[in-house]
Amino acid sequence: MTELLRVEHLRKSYATALPWGRKPPPALNDVSVVVERGKTLGLVGESGSGKSTLGRCILGLTRPDSGAVIFDGVEVQALSGRALAAFRRRVQPVFQDPFGSLDPRWPVGRSVRESLDCFGIGTPADRERRVLDLFDRVGLNPALAGRLPTHLSGGQRQRVGIAAALASEPELIIADEPVSALDMSVQAQILNLLMDLQQDLGVASIFITHDLGVVEHVSDNIAVMYRGSIVEMGETEAVMNHPQHDYTRTLLAAIPRPR
Amino acid sequence: MSAVLSMRNVGVSFRTADAAQPAPAVDGVSLDIHRGEIFGIVGESGSGKSTLANAVMGLLPPNALVSGSIRVNDREVVGLSDDALRSMRGDEVSMIFQDPTASLDPTWPVGDQIAETIRAHYPVNARDAKARAIALMGEVGIADAAARYGDVPHRFSGGQRQRIVIAAALANNPQLLVADEPTTALDVTIQAQVLQLIDRLRRDHGTTVLLITHDLGVVSMVSDRVGVMYGGRLLETAATRELFANPSHPYTRALLAANPAGAPRGTRLPVIPAAWNIESLREAELLRAAAGAVND
Repeated sequence: MTELLRVEHLRKSYATALPWGRKPPPALNDVSVVVERGKTLGLVGESGSGKSTLGRCILGLTRPDSGAVIFDGVEVQALSGRALAAFRRRVQPVFQDPFGSLDPRWPVGRSVRESLDCFGIGTPADRERRVLDLFDRVGLNPALAGRLPTHLSGGQRQRVGIAAALASEPELIIADEPVSALDMSVQAQILNLLMDLQQDLGVASIFITHDLGVVEHVSDNIAVMYRGSIVEMGETEAVMNHPQHDYTRTLLAAIPRPR
Repeated sequence: MSAVLSMRNVGVSFRTADAAQPAPAVDGVSLDIHRGEIFGIVGESGSGKSTLANAVMGLLPPNALVSGSIRVNDREVVGLSDDALRSMRGDEVSMIFQDPTASLDPTWPVGDQIAETIRAHYPVNARDAKARAIALMGEVGIADAAARYGDVPHRFSGGQRQRIVIAAALANNPQLLVADEPTTALDVTIQAQVLQLIDRLRRDHGTTVLLITHDLGVVSMVSDRVGVMYGGRLLETAATRELFANPSHPYTRALLAANPAGAPRGTRLPVIPAAWNIESLREAELLRAAAGAVND
């Protein structure tokens, strides 16, 4: 297996003023992970554990204090201009609430097309067809491309969010709680879609979630985060069946599961 | 055993400007919940579970049409005056919601907010109400309750805030506690603690609990019985263990199968058949809304 992404000793503190010169606890405290091509890394933790900050640092949306994000052998923080745009094309986000990433006044097809325009993919005439292909690819009726986000259901909006992420044919998708806002029946459909995409297109992903049941289902490897550190990392079966760290055990015991 | 909460053929629909025949949000629900029982209602969004909870509390907006009968301790709630509802709420019946921050005044000491609930219903002097509020805070697991009486909500964590809301809800020893997604905003480890707290309090006080949630795991943890709602209807009720072991309704079976926590890793999850797909239901609603917007 070849390595796609390597995160080395990442540290990040958010500068908030606490009284008497106290330092806030770091959001990331010496975090290192590796993602292999075509594989899914599940990043699990509770609120405040730093899992979203790690995702944002990898996307280049948040600048770490120290450490390195190395994508396909290149240090991401050193990138600028064209090289940065190329990186963004290869690494795409999917967020929890696609409502937040879709312009409410734009038909959703235009939001997907914007990604093609922005990266200059295909000829302008070609892009129209690509948008419809992408809709088809994520299981949306292409007739919905002309609708506003408010006239789509939550599951349909998340499919649009995934179509927009796929438009630039990324090699890595950072999905931050992509199914947390969805109903159980819709969640199953979106998880199926994400698993299909991984299989068909060979896209690697980092799947960030608080839900161990979801992460267990889709991940090849799992990293458990707690207070800014990765406390346990390994193959999914090993982590779920033989947790080594006390916090992982606590987390597993707290999952409400139908008996 | 008499029922603390008894519903007969309850229906709720909302009058709207354009629709002559409003679609019912709740349709023909009948249910008896007994003293000391935790009854869970599970359903996806739009199933009518929260509307049903609000109907029990008399909290529906003025355009709601409620039919059938809802009896709390043998008193009819449907058609009760606003004054009578207000004296009932916080006393005989209490409700807690998903977001405790929205239930608490951000500028007020939390202890005073609990004491207010007591004094709104009983002629207790301020000192006794304060003592009772501190005792309640201790009972729901706020450490050093007397010292924290005067703290405002933002000085507490999300889980602690939900504990304080529970303390206020239980201040007057209600017969019935309606909990609408009480742990949905909480981390899993905190969620487990709050559910254990609700379970302990109903054992200690014999409180009856109507627990509304979308989470099959949550109902399985504390409920004695479960009802499954879809499209405003109560499809099935069963003892919790029985429901998870032998779901009788096809929708319940599909919902259980869609849960990734039970399925082998990496396998496709069974998709709920179109007839029971919440998205197709909502699609129909959206089309109606779009048609209405064009007509306006």
